[in-house]
Amino acid sequence: MQRRHVVQYGAAGVGAVALMLGVGWWRVDGPGAPKPAGQRPLPLSAMDFRLTDHEGNEVGPETLIGRPTMVFFGFTYCPDVCPTTLSDISGWLEDLGNEAAQMNVVFITVDPARDTVEAMAEYVGYFHPAIRGWTGPANQIARAAEGFRASYERVPTEGGDYTMNHTASVFLFDAKGELVTMIDYHEPREFAVPKIRRALTEYVEGAT
Amino acid sequence: MKKLPYIKGLSLLLLLSGTSTPVFAGSEDVVVENAWSRASIGVNRPGAAYMTVRNTGEDTVTLTGLTTPLAMMPEIHETKTNAEGVSSMAPAGEITIEPGQSVALKPGGLHAMLMKLQNPMIEGETFPLTLTFSDGGEVTVEVPILGIAARGPES
Repeated sequence: MQRRHVVQYGAAGVGAVALMLGVGWWRVDGPGAPKPAGQRPLPLSAMDFRLTDHEGNEVGPETLIGRPTMVFFGFTYCPDVCPTTLSDISGWLEDLGNEAAQMNVVFITVDPARDTVEAMAEYVGYFHPAIRGWTGPANQIARAAEGFRASYERVPTEGGDYTMNHTASVFLFDAKGELVTMIDYHEPREFAVPKIRRALTEYVEGAT
Repeated sequence: MKKLPYIKGLSLLLLLSGTSTPVFAGSEDVVVENAWSRASIGVNRPGAAYMTVRNTGEDTVTLTGLTTPLAMMPEIHETKTNAEGVSSMAPAGEITIEPGQSVALKPGGLHAMLMKLQNPMIEGETFPLTLTFSDGGEVTVEVPILGIAARGPES
């Protein structure tokens, strides 16, 4: 009787461990795994998209190669995340001062339907002058996001409008266009600025 | 200085309620601090306002909604960022604040989302925002409008 209990508990224990392993597998490697995580953005040289900057210039990933680059996806109808990130970026750039003068800083919209070249120009004008705003046809925005492994989705709001869910990380590339690291949304300045310095340092090292 | 908007709001509330002060179960002890917002570009884009809502009383209070002449659809929203770095925003619903606790509406988390703006939000101006509570009480704050690139009331 006692023995049978032990066996039953043992079996239950094995079952629990198997379940936990199963859950772990599901979340980490299985179908429950977050898709873009672990998928690093492509090097800029492997991306292919055509967009227009806020001054009407044609731009693409090759525009960014040769200087260290910071890229962020967002949209100008975004009340919280985007102005916060753009003002964070502006603050980082102010901290870096001349160090950051040779950097590309690009804000790519995920909402080209509302973010025209003019809308982007007006919006980026409120932030650090180094920040460029890129927009373009929906299919080119999609190709850009694919290259960066960024995701976005249109979500209707109650008032009949819509908002966008989107990847809010800031991507950092070195001058050769290789990904250096990413800065998570609203990461404190004491972590973000050294990461940017790393991208800048790799630029200097790459140049010598 | 920072408490002034609240005092103004409270005195307004007391003024409006007159002599027959209604008995609220908690919201009279709510203090709103450090309210601020960002200027808007026109009226098509939603605005956002931030503040700390402190419950200094001994009863739990529940923040149920917002009203303001500035926007037809003010609502408390919450930004969440998932493990993949994707940010999304959704109505936060009712917010319960325990006695002695406070709730921070700040960039990247809870915020007063101001949808359907009636007027542009102009830097340097202020607007009244009324917080409504489940006990029927209201607290009105005068929210300063800072620049679009503002990071908070300190900057």
